[in-house]
Amino acid sequence: MWWFILQRIVATIPVMGVVALVVFFMLRLSGDPAAILAGDTATQEQIAGIRTALGLDQPIHIQFFTWIWQIVRGDLGVSLFTGLPVTTLIAQRLEPTVMLATTTIIFSVIVAVPLGVLAAWKAGTWIDRAVMILAVIGFSVPVFVMGYFLIFGFAINLRWFPVQGYTSPFVDFARFTNQIVLPTLTLSAIYIALIARITRASVIEVLNEDYIRTARAKGQIERRVLFVHALKNAAVPIVTVIGLGIALLIGGVVVTESVYNIPGLGRLVVDAITRRDYPIIQGLILFFAFVYILLNLIIDLIYTMVDPRIRY
Amino acid sequence: MKVDRRQLMAGAAATAATATLGGTGALAQAARPSGTLRVIPHASLTILDPVATTGYIVRNHGYLIYDTLFAMDEQLRPQPQMASGVEISQDRLTYRIGLRDGLAWHDGSPVTSADCVPSLTRWGRVDGLGQRLMSYVDSIETDGPRTIVIKLKRPYGLVLHSIGKLSTNVPFMMPRRFAEKPTTERTTADEQIGSGPFRFVRGEFRPGARVVYERNPNYVPRSEPPSNAAGGKRVNLERVEWINFPDPTTALNALISGEVDYYEQVPADLLQIAARAPGVKTQNFNPLGNVGMARFNHLVAPSNNVGVRRAIAQALNQRELLQAMIGNADFLRPCFSVFPCGTTFDTQIGNAIMQQGNLDAARATLRASGYNGERLVLLATTDIPIQTAMAQVVADACRRIGMNVDAQAMDWATVLQRRTSRNPVDQGGWNMFFTWWEGADLLDPVVQFALSGAGERAWVGWPNDPQMETLRSQFAEAGDAAEQKRLADAVQARALEQMYQVYTGMFFVATGFRDNVSGILNAPPFFWNITKRG
Amino acid sequence: MTIAATRAESSAFVRTLDTVRHYPLATLGALILVTIVVAALCAPWLWTADPTALAPTRRLRPPSEANWLGTDHLGRDVWSRLVHGARVSLLVGLAVAVLSVAIGLVIGLVAGFIRWLDAVVMRIMDGLMAIPGILLAIALVSVSGASTFTVIVAIMVPEIPRVVRLVRAVVLSVREEPYVEAATAVGTPLYLTLIRHVLPNCIPPLIVQATYICASAMLTEAILSFLGAGTPPTIPSWGNMIAEGRLLFQIAPWNILWPGIALALTILAVNVLGDGLRDRLDPRIAKRM
Repeated sequence: MWWFILQRIVATIPVMGVVALVVFFMLRLSGDPAAILAGDTATQEQIAGIRTALGLDQPIHIQFFTWIWQIVRGDLGVSLFTGLPVTTLIAQRLEPTVMLATTTIIFSVIVAVPLGVLAAWKAGTWIDRAVMILAVIGFSVPVFVMGYFLIFGFAINLRWFPVQGYTSPFVDFARFTNQIVLPTLTLSAIYIALIARITRASVIEVLNEDYIRTARAKGQIERRVLFVHALKNAAVPIVTVIGLGIALLIGGVVVTESVYNIPGLGRLVVDAITRRDYPIIQGLILFFAFVYILLNLIIDLIYTMVDPRIRY
Repeated sequence: MKVDRRQLMAGAAATAATATLGGTGALAQAARPSGTLRVIPHASLTILDPVATTGYIVRNHGYLIYDTLFAMDEQLRPQPQMASGVEISQDRLTYRIGLRDGLAWHDGSPVTSADCVPSLTRWGRVDGLGQRLMSYVDSIETDGPRTIVIKLKRPYGLVLHSIGKLSTNVPFMMPRRFAEKPTTERTTADEQIGSGPFRFVRGEFRPGARVVYERNPNYVPRSEPPSNAAGGKRVNLERVEWINFPDPTTALNALISGEVDYYEQVPADLLQIAARAPGVKTQNFNPLGNVGMARFNHLVAPSNNVGVRRAIAQALNQRELLQAMIGNADFLRPCFSVFPCGTTFDTQIGNAIMQQGNLDAARATLRASGYNGERLVLLATTDIPIQTAMAQVVADACRRIGMNVDAQAMDWATVLQRRTSRNPVDQGGWNMFFTWWEGADLLDPVVQFALSGAGERAWVGWPNDPQMETLRSQFAEAGDAAEQKRLADAVQARALEQMYQVYTGMFFVATGFRDNVSGILNAPPFFWNITKRG
Repeated sequence: MTIAATRAESSAFVRTLDTVRHYPLATLGALILVTIVVAALCAPWLWTADPTALAPTRRLRPPSEANWLGTDHLGRDVWSRLVHGARVSLLVGLAVAVLSVAIGLVIGLVAGFIRWLDAVVMRIMDGLMAIPGILLAIALVSVSGASTFTVIVAIMVPEIPRVVRLVRAVVLSVREEPYVEAATAVGTPLYLTLIRHVLPNCIPPLIVQATYICASAMLTEAILSFLGAGTPPTIPSWGNMIAEGRLLFQIAPWNILWPGIALALTILAVNVLGDGLRDRLDPRIAKRM
């Protein structure tokens, strides 16, 4: 077990290396931010001066190795625009994103797993069809369209929730709850669709297994069969999809944070891209990749717990 | 809410000198400071040094925390601000500027002339008007802690206009240790110490999301009523919070629901929604407005051909352009002068070519120019709606007169990089890009950087035009108003003959605010004098 | 042989009916999709005005006889743009699906068979998968300039690793089959083995995968436009129409309503069709999904 964990951790190093390479060289495809830093009316000399001051005039491989060396020492560098350390900027923006992602995952699982089980139980009936159509719709409506309709309906017309903003739950929990409802609903749609589908399929598969048939034949109560036997055994694919969905979630977070004006990591990275603030973009994408890999590692470990058949 | 047409038209129609519904200062004098003004600024603040960069958002930040020696009033005359006054010698070569009482940096130390001298020099290395001033300056020195002495090589009429400059780069005064930084190095978040009416709250700075300012309790305002950047900066708010909204619809909705108090620039299309919303007012606080510009590259073909430039100017219809850019007829104004319409140097000279929007005439001009199908590369911004609209209309018109148009779509960040290229178009060069300036930055031939014909040292596009530079220098040295007027006319004639850029018309931006907010001064957004009730 | 062929022909109609009865949703999806494809192909005959022609003085007109769905903020005809937008969305969706599947197939086949390459390729794929797709796409479009081509590439790159993994999984399961081992043993060249024995096994799951990629590509195109990193604003795409129209959501709702419905409907149709194909072509996956 420990050997397995160590192996997996070592295996992430080349993967992070690939991420670093891709991100660094992709960004260098188009010039550098010196012109943006200098502003609309700057002259050529001013731009050149800024370029030198930031070390952007050095050969690209030198810049790359300087950066890698920094990262190895745990330093993500300093934002070209604000002059603040990238780690500070990430720390400032981390909480809203983590909160939004957490509420979304919890809400999605609470809604989607029972829906999926229900659809599997009633497979082939109109209930099943309805759930699956809803799931496909969840996949098909762009996040921001969903966001605008929710704001228009619930925030502007009904005035049930505020239009925008984020308050830390540690500062004002009631306000936090109030503000997080609509973004969570918006972001959950696609995630609920995904989890409901996978739950339905996994449960149907398990329901067809011999031991379940035996259990049913033995006259065990249907509900017990469903939730104890079927769901337990269907847990592996469900956990997998929750893990894979993290990447999807990060994509959705970028848009949801814009629509609801939540000062999270998604907006930080999009703003940085529009300004070519390289250290932030590089640092954040590395950070996202790291989180993704870490979560999937944790999920692999959970497998061994939920499914005793898997051994490493 | 209502759009105050009177204010708008005053700004648009009368001269800048008369555009005033002032007197707001007196109202607020009795109010006790209270409350937090939650503001949606027009952009996010990331760079914090108003001298090292030219962004309007950094200038607005500068006006909150810094102060200036002189400042423009609503008649655009420089008035003492930090200065107690100025003594000008008989030969007009020596300016002795004294500092008034009670000036202190936010860290408590007193403001001295030793801080102001490097502040002026640093600004003078960067700013266009500053560089011009410095070319006349023999020395800037201290004479004791309270006096700054500027000695000139020869008389120059715009000394106080320069150091009282209203818009970017504003010569803000900074403590000496920051003012001595090279201009390529920027002051950091830890170094935001000025002597202005507000203090920067470092601990709450979330770049891209939130900037917080608090009242500077030690600020001593002047006794005069406020007028533009001049006069007493009385603060009636405890805090000003800038909150960034990436989405305009969300921003307006937040104003309507009362979650914010002040929305600096409401997109014109959203004004009719604001009009229906209870508790929301909108008003234009910038009578000088903004002026759209389609800038040519004068170095590379085909836009290095004056005939091509003039043909494009002839083809463009300013009313259509403005409709596409702004849409709301109350907020646009066709203007066929290179100086903002309604201001001192606004003139009709040589502007017939701008008024045509005549495709046939443009085709004839294009034929006569010798244009034979070279590619015209437009840097078409994708992420700033006003610029996107301009690019599309210009591309459309150029195509219609038979040009080989290559409208390359890219975000503004890429435009800023691409436009520094001086190469031919097939090596990454360009012919046109689109932007706008605040009217305050275009008021006269010297302040308007886009009129520089100084080749490499001119604005991107690099017109090399010694004749223009002579006219601009003569203007800077001109003795009286009549002389200035004559030279400004000559500059406009030359600029339009050579077609430095196409001016795509004036437009105005409304500020939206809750009805319990009053005392907003005319632009650039100032936050002193504003009162928020209850 | 001939009898079988005739029987197949004679029962084609019956089989179609059968398919419709078994997969009513998929059939509906296919019908919607066919309508949209026909509209896209016939766009020049369907539109009532040049979809890019500007008329700023006629901006934001509500629906009328001249402009069936009104005009947008630059006075362009919304109906004509909507019809043209179908072309763009379908082009992006199809191109991304076809390209990512083709590239992923080649990489996956090679990785699955040449063992020393496998480790390298899979680490690269893991790396690409770890970068959030939407961020990779935004960054790619921002730095390389907006064009339909860059948008297609930007959406395609993050999809490739998923295809590679799928193909590789199939290859690994097929590789140990006796007939494949036999082919290798008698000295059949690698590429022939791949084409004869491995490829046919990859096709069904890939077709299913391609439909999902197509649907998500259309969605991503719209999201990129929303974030200002999509196809150039001069191109009438649904994503651009929605992105430009969102400001006018409460004033001129037709600007966002119709492209929004068209986009959601198309994606819905493709997704439903994908589900149907999956059930029919690949019962193994169907059971797992």
